[in-house]
Amino acid sequence: MARIESEIGTPKGGFMKWVDDRFPWTETMKYHITEYYAAKSFNWWYVFGVLAMVVLVIQIVSGIFLTMNYKPSAEEAFASVEYIMRDVEWGWLIRYMHSTGASFFFIVVYLHMYRAMMYGSYQKPRELIWIIGMLIFFILFAEAFAGYLLPWGQMSYWGAQVIISLFGAIPFVGEALVEIIRGDYSITDITLNRFFALHVIVLPLALIAMVFVHIVALHHVGSSNPDGIEIKDHKGSDGIPLDGIAFHPYHTTKDLVGIIVFLMIFSAVMFFAPDMGGYFLEHANFEPANVMATPEHIAPVWYFTPFYAILRAVPNKLWGAILMAGSVLIPVFLPWLDRSRVKSIRYRGWIYKMALGLFVISFVVLGWLGMQPAEGIYVMMARIFSVIYFGFFLLMPYYTTIDKTKPVPDRVVYHG
Amino acid sequence: MVKTIRFSVVLAALLTTAGAFAASSIELEPAHNDPGNINSLQRGARNFMNYCAGCHSAKYVRFNTLGRDLNLSEDQLIENLMFNAEQVFDTIQATMPLDDAARWFGSAPPDMSLMARARGTDYVYNFLRGFYLDPDSPTGVDNRVLEGTSMPNVLWELQGYQKAIFSEDDHGIEAFDRFEQVTPGTMSAEEFDEFARDTVNFLEYIGEPIRSTRRVLGVWVLMFLIVFLIIASMLKKQVWKDVT
Repeated sequence: MARIESEIGTPKGGFMKWVDDRFPWTETMKYHITEYYAAKSFNWWYVFGVLAMVVLVIQIVSGIFLTMNYKPSAEEAFASVEYIMRDVEWGWLIRYMHSTGASFFFIVVYLHMYRAMMYGSYQKPRELIWIIGMLIFFILFAEAFAGYLLPWGQMSYWGAQVIISLFGAIPFVGEALVEIIRGDYSITDITLNRFFALHVIVLPLALIAMVFVHIVALHHVGSSNPDGIEIKDHKGSDGIPLDGIAFHPYHTTKDLVGIIVFLMIFSAVMFFAPDMGGYFLEHANFEPANVMATPEHIAPVWYFTPFYAILRAVPNKLWGAILMAGSVLIPVFLPWLDRSRVKSIRYRGWIYKMALGLFVISFVVLGWLGMQPAEGIYVMMARIFSVIYFGFFLLMPYYTTIDKTKPVPDRVVYHG
Repeated sequence: MVKTIRFSVVLAALLTTAGAFAASSIELEPAHNDPGNINSLQRGARNFMNYCAGCHSAKYVRFNTLGRDLNLSEDQLIENLMFNAEQVFDTIQATMPLDDAARWFGSAPPDMSLMARARGTDYVYNFLRGFYLDPDSPTGVDNRVLEGTSMPNVLWELQGYQKAIFSEDDHGIEAFDRFEQVTPGTMSAEEFDEFARDTVNFLEYIGEPIRSTRRVLGVWVLMFLIVFLIIASMLKKQVWKDVT
């Protein structure tokens, strides 16, 4: 296999040598980019990691321009968003970019996590990558929740009201905690101000730091692949994995194709359906927050609804909150719940395939149920699918042990 | 204790009102408006400024934006739409002071900038056509879409008055059946529907004035990305041709 010798970062004496004597530029470029080897057999499921980075950049850049015109005050927030939409040059584009980006962040991250589940990417030796990834996911949750309050629409206000009050379910400290979060006895200008601070400073910083750590851990261990085998087990005489190819220029040119396809889908939504029929921008959020008028139908944005459905499936407030928190936290333990000897779904038996299928169905149905009124048949459905959701994780140590696996090949399967 | 009650109220609101959306949503006739129809938008702007803007503001909408998007010159704006505004860059403010309005009607008339975007065009279309005589109401009318509204039927001259006919269903529950014209208006039913449609069309437009621009721009962006995609695919193929 011929490899393109990297030109980037090769010291030619002179300036680069001067830099490299003082900063490990060439070394870093080699380690992370030109001599980082990942399996050549990546399929398109492996594009979502880089897409998450693309969305992160979109959110940060559009976010900077939004903060230049947004006013974090209960009096002015709603009007300032409309000012951005109508009077700021290209403000509408920046705002739609950010609101569309929020939903796409979750689409991309959910698919990224699903890929890890399909191919067992969380298994040894990548447990830490998975846990760091889950931390990123939690920060993203907080970031999205804080950001959703900022437009100060009806759903911003009442959605935050409902979710923040959940912390009150915690025994003894609950009520005090709720007051600390809100900074007031109800959601007010003070809450908006601190959520703004969290949304634009604390959480993005934490997010970027954790993404950095996620990639450091990944590049230390090496990327997984659709066969779930270690390419480092078969190295050539040059010490390079036989089934690996350099991140640059191979994976970068492939990722570029994926990024453009992604941008096409992103643009189609942003330019032709930025509301996405009320899923990305809820209709009721075009009415300013009104303390006196509870909206007829309070539903969180779509990416929270699977967990929201689990909350509402339980008649008891405290247990509802505990189960909701549990549903978000439980994937952290996947590396230890999964006892299978193989990583990839390609070589697993029908039991795991069925379990994963049921999990996906339960996640999607719970997401839908979270948007429906919590009454009648919907409550019963939410209970059934909550059981399936938790069952996937809690029964995993059992069914992955008895599942009949197929023999795993020595080298990755690649058809050119 | 108070907080527990507050939480219970919020949670109860959450659990019960979640269903209210489905329960209270009555069948709405589709508005069939077309925001691409400039003539309809111009008529809608005229309707709005003549019949709505006395009480309802559209405080995020500037007259010069209307001029730009609805092909109206500055003179046309001043003559036909700007009855109480001074400058073309002013926003649409209600003639009636909000404080007075709140005192007279019980609640201040809401701003109309985003009404169609928040509630939907069908909702507003049916609301405008949904007033019926109700002797128990202080305004003499009620509205099928928003029961107990404090808004009087400002369009009665055009529409005339109608009464609502309720009928009992199989379970003995009274439900709205149809409207019956009581006094004729200056417009026929079809003309009035057209009037309402133009007005709603205008409201949809002011909900998001940039809508037509973003669609045009979106086509260009997608065409660019298609070209970029072809080039990137060729690049990928070239780089990967040795990978076996």
